Amino acid sequence: MNVLLPADVPAALDLLASDPAVVPIAGGTDLLVHWPVRVEAHERTYLDLSPLDALKPFSWTADDLVLGALTTYWDVIRDPRIGEAFPLLVDAARQVGAIQIQARGTWAGNIVNASPAADGVPVLMAYDAVVVLESRRGREEVPLDRFYSGYKQMQRRPDQLVVAIRIPRRRYAFQVFEKVGARRAQAIAKVGLAITHSAAGWRVVAASVAPTIRRCLAVERLLETGPAPRSADDLLPTIAQDAAPIDDIRSSASYRTQVMARLLFHDLRQRWGRPA
Amino acid sequence: MIPISFTLNGSRVAVEVDAADRLLDTLRYQLALTGTKEGCGEGECGACTVYLDGLPVDACLVPTYQVRGRRVDTIESLDPVALEPFERCGATQCGACTPGVVMTAWWIRGHGELLRTHTIRELMAGNLCRCTGYDGIVDAVKDALGDDGRETGDG
Amino acid sequence: MRRLEALAKLTGREQYVDDLPLDGFLWGMTVRSPAPRGRITAIRFAPDVDWSQFVVVDHQDIPGPNVVALIEQDQPVLAASWVRHVHEPVLLLAHPSRDAVRRAARAIEVVVAPDPPALDFRAAPRPEQIQYGSDNVLKRLKIEKGEVERALARAPVIVAGTYATGAQEHVYLETQGMIAYLDEGVLVVKGSMQCPYYVLTALQHALARDASHVRVLQTPTGGGFGGKEEFPSHIALHAALLALKGGRPVKLIYDRGEDMAATTKRHPALIRHRTGLTRDGRLLAQDIEVVIDGGAYVTLSPVVLSRAIIHAAGPYACDHVRITGRAMFTNAVPFGAFRGFGAPQTQFAGERHMDVIARTLGIDAVELRRTNLLRDGQTTATGQVIRDGTDRLAVLERALELSGYRTKEREHAAFNATHQTERRGIGLATFYHGAGFTGGGELTLKSQLRVAGLPDGRVEVLSASIEMGQGTLTVFTELAAARLGFAAADVTIAAADTARVPNSGPTVASRTTMIVGGLVERACDDLRRRLGLDDSARGAAVQQAIRRWHGEHPGATLCGEAAYEKPPGIEWDDKTYRGDAYGAFGWAAYVAEVEVDLRTCASRVLDFVAVQEVGKVLNPTLARGQVQGGVVQGIGWALMEECKWRDGAMVNNQLTNYLIPTADDVPPVRVAFLENPYPHGAGGAKGLGELPIDGPGPAIVNAVARATGADPRAIPLTAERLMELMERDPDLVHA
Repeated sequence: MNVLLPADVPAALDLLASDPAVVPIAGGTDLLVHWPVRVEAHERTYLDLSPLDALKPFSWTADDLVLGALTTYWDVIRDPRIGEAFPLLVDAARQVGAIQIQARGTWAGNIVNASPAADGVPVLMAYDAVVVLESRRGREEVPLDRFYSGYKQMQRRPDQLVVAIRIPRRRYAFQVFEKVGARRAQAIAKVGLAITHSAAGWRVVAASVAPTIRRCLAVERLLETGPAPRSADDLLPTIAQDAAPIDDIRSSASYRTQVMARLLFHDLRQRWGRPA
Repeated sequence: MIPISFTLNGSRVAVEVDAADRLLDTLRYQLALTGTKEGCGEGECGACTVYLDGLPVDACLVPTYQVRGRRVDTIESLDPVALEPFERCGATQCGACTPGVVMTAWWIRGHGELLRTHTIRELMAGNLCRCTGYDGIVDAVKDALGDDGRETGDG
Repeated sequence: MRRLEALAKLTGREQYVDDLPLDGFLWGMTVRSPAPRGRITAIRFAPDVDWSQFVVVDHQDIPGPNVVALIEQDQPVLAASWVRHVHEPVLLLAHPSRDAVRRAARAIEVVVAPDPPALDFRAAPRPEQIQYGSDNVLKRLKIEKGEVERALARAPVIVAGTYATGAQEHVYLETQGMIAYLDEGVLVVKGSMQCPYYVLTALQHALARDASHVRVLQTPTGGGFGGKEEFPSHIALHAALLALKGGRPVKLIYDRGEDMAATTKRHPALIRHRTGLTRDGRLLAQDIEVVIDGGAYVTLSPVVLSRAIIHAAGPYACDHVRITGRAMFTNAVPFGAFRGFGAPQTQFAGERHMDVIARTLGIDAVELRRTNLLRDGQTTATGQVIRDGTDRLAVLERALELSGYRTKEREHAAFNATHQTERRGIGLATFYHGAGFTGGGELTLKSQLRVAGLPDGRVEVLSASIEMGQGTLTVFTELAAARLGFAAADVTIAAADTARVPNSGPTVASRTTMIVGGLVERACDDLRRRLGLDDSARGAAVQQAIRRWHGEHPGATLCGEAAYEKPPGIEWDDKTYRGDAYGAFGWAAYVAEVEVDLRTCASRVLDFVAVQEVGKVLNPTLARGQVQGGVVQGIGWALMEECKWRDGAMVNNQLTNYLIPTADDVPPVRVAFLENPYPHGAGGAKGLGELPIDGPGPAIVNAVARATGADPRAIPLTAERLMELMERDPDLVHA
């Protein structure tokens, strides 16, 4: 295998532009899983982003929190200001693996790994995060809720690099992140839900119930307009419009649907049809 | 092969590595530091925990070329005398998870402030142990922390 | 005394098999069957690999019989023309590069013409699935006491129930591994194992080598739990065959995926109870049927079945008991030894059934157990008179007291009435575990042990009993030091090297402290006698005598010896399954407090109390650690550890998808011991290692049942399974 070691971001963009098959690598927490036996993965060419200081820090602007492409979960967990403004980021980060993964795993990596069970993506999406892509052809911004087009399919050209994630600063009247795994710590989500309510409206984002992390627009509409469901089961027809869970080795479709309904019902008991 | 140098347990080392080499294998098979163990190869068990620039990471998920110019510390760098609480509290049985457990525990010990927001059990969740049931480990961490070991976290 | 090797382990200095320096060696790899059953029609080697660079071994390279010697000689070292399970070893490869050998293994295709596999041990096999005897039954066993049918016919109440337990993976943190090489004509095999002499026997048999040409050394073993009882013989043979053919040392280390997919697991079991009782809950008759999944070869299933049925009736007095057991052949990867060895399965069923009885009869679960717990002078299912003086009711009372059982019952009622989506409950299990080999097993083993007096006056304990975390090195040191009045530093424990140590038996069955530890004490006594000292001689007097002896016999070896002797009054009949199944039982009462989230149906253990009587506790820290570790392993088995199968293969063979508890998933495990020294155990101790895995499953499921009103009968009780149960029950409140 081959690895390219760019000195700076422009060099990285040049390398990406010259070979569409190149795979950017940051924390490696997804790419190196079972690495020795994944011999086919050894044939590819990787682009090491890890030393690119320009991608490391997160920053605040008047309107946004901007996470650099190399911002890790741990960077977020230990920052009290992020915890104040975007508590779901911290909630989710604390449930990504454990410290060993949190110290290496990046938010941008979570986005481009495109797992339907991702922990970081749901909360970013519930905060209306925007993916900032850069290439030699310039900069492009794609709202995260429009970033995925199918299982592991993304609105990212091979020559583009995710350089940042922009999260608009808003006042949230309600926000919650629920991750249901088969154990409390270090589990892949069987169901994930991130829910926020702000002046921009309701955002309900689900994990592990569809080929991608996705917003649940039918549930959001029901939340905006009511009426309040009288039981979790009342939500099932609405959920059916948003989610298409499957049976796999981690859980079953029926369990995922039921849990989603129950979490929505109980978390949002008092809130259906209410303004922010 | 890629020539790299980095600081390992306080000393500068230079090695040539393949792009496919994991830090875990470089440490164990190239540098003969076999204290770092492989338990799963997927970042789940924490037996290969080392510090990269002071933070605990799973060495099975680190491509070795990424540590160029950085600081790596392994179980071999710890002061055996200071590990007495782990011996006394029964923090080790079979020992296969132990170096990783000790590395994480030692990092917690140096960051008592984390217990304002985290529990010891949450911070130790990246290290699987199949022998102790974790009580011996948690007790040892508390003991090693002394007064800092009182958890006020939300877990 | 603190764990002898603790500091070596804590500092990473302890060298496990994959840590040992080895020069000029080859990495070994196993090529396995892709199908659960069929005839091997071809083995295709990809043309783009230079195979001359590889050592390739198949069944024709085996010098002796192609058999891994164990109870029955039915399991091949390498499949020849037929495969009986997925991942059955077919070929072996070795190469200096680990990466090259991994790639090469993928470049070999084992082509199998499939036959219909038997994959469900619970279903009667169809004719085309029959592969063992006339009915795929590997072993049948039966215990009969009194007249069950008559007693059931007369019983005022009969309560029946069917219970199931799933496979469990050991997840020892160190995967299986061996190295093998020739040293001046002697085949040396080193690795992670519980039973050096099992490995030695298997090597001698299949490699047709006499004992003087094979040497087995145990390396520090990173967890076993039974998973390194019988399996290491396979990997030892594989490494040895590669080393013999390749003429160079070979290292064969499984990665986690291979280890989980291809090695043994706890036997899945199905248990049916039909119990006759008085209306106030006194046991009149127990009719129990036990079926376990043996997998594709006999391996240890007959003895697992034996321990399973002996423990099936629980620690209760009942005059009429019938227990029938069957181990079924299936085309699953053979199931094997795992801490508890059949007893956890049947005691899950028995203790869950006790709560089902209590609920059916409308009596208190604690009272039901108080009524029926064995009193001294009463007999077990095999007719063994229990007369050890242990107050089993006191064990129960201590657990109730320590857990605040009655207070919590009240608190939970209030909590459940005021919480919408959480339910709390408390559950109990009273149980027992026989220590040492079953029946006449210890007599057959004839374990031996030596204590050598060294020229400097210290002693060395020579045994084949190994350290795998449970504390053998420490406890043997303590026992020898106490017996001789020595400082611990004046006792050393010899490495488990078959060229040096006698066969003290396998490190299994909770026998090491109680039985082999007793040999340590008696070999110390024998050493003193050989020095002309009586048993009162201690410390400096013994050391001086040892030094004097060496002065008088330069270069000679001074050894005290001991061999197993049956404690008086123990009788067992293997034909009728009547008599004293074990020299001693450990007795326990465990209490679990759980909380169930009705939204997700996930159960969490909030508190766990483990009270047991295991004779004298020799080393409190080690003993507590054994209990805590066993309990957490039991919590995993009860709630989350589930092997998922497809066509006979485990498909979740990664630690991301087969989940064991993390530190954050379990509460502190509160441990208490009641001590009633056992006169025939070392220092008064009884076996302890396995007991703790028998209780958590039923205690937790009983607690979940009481919290939710659901009636779960199977483990693991995953959230999915609990939700399904609760949805099916129209009377239950769910979120």
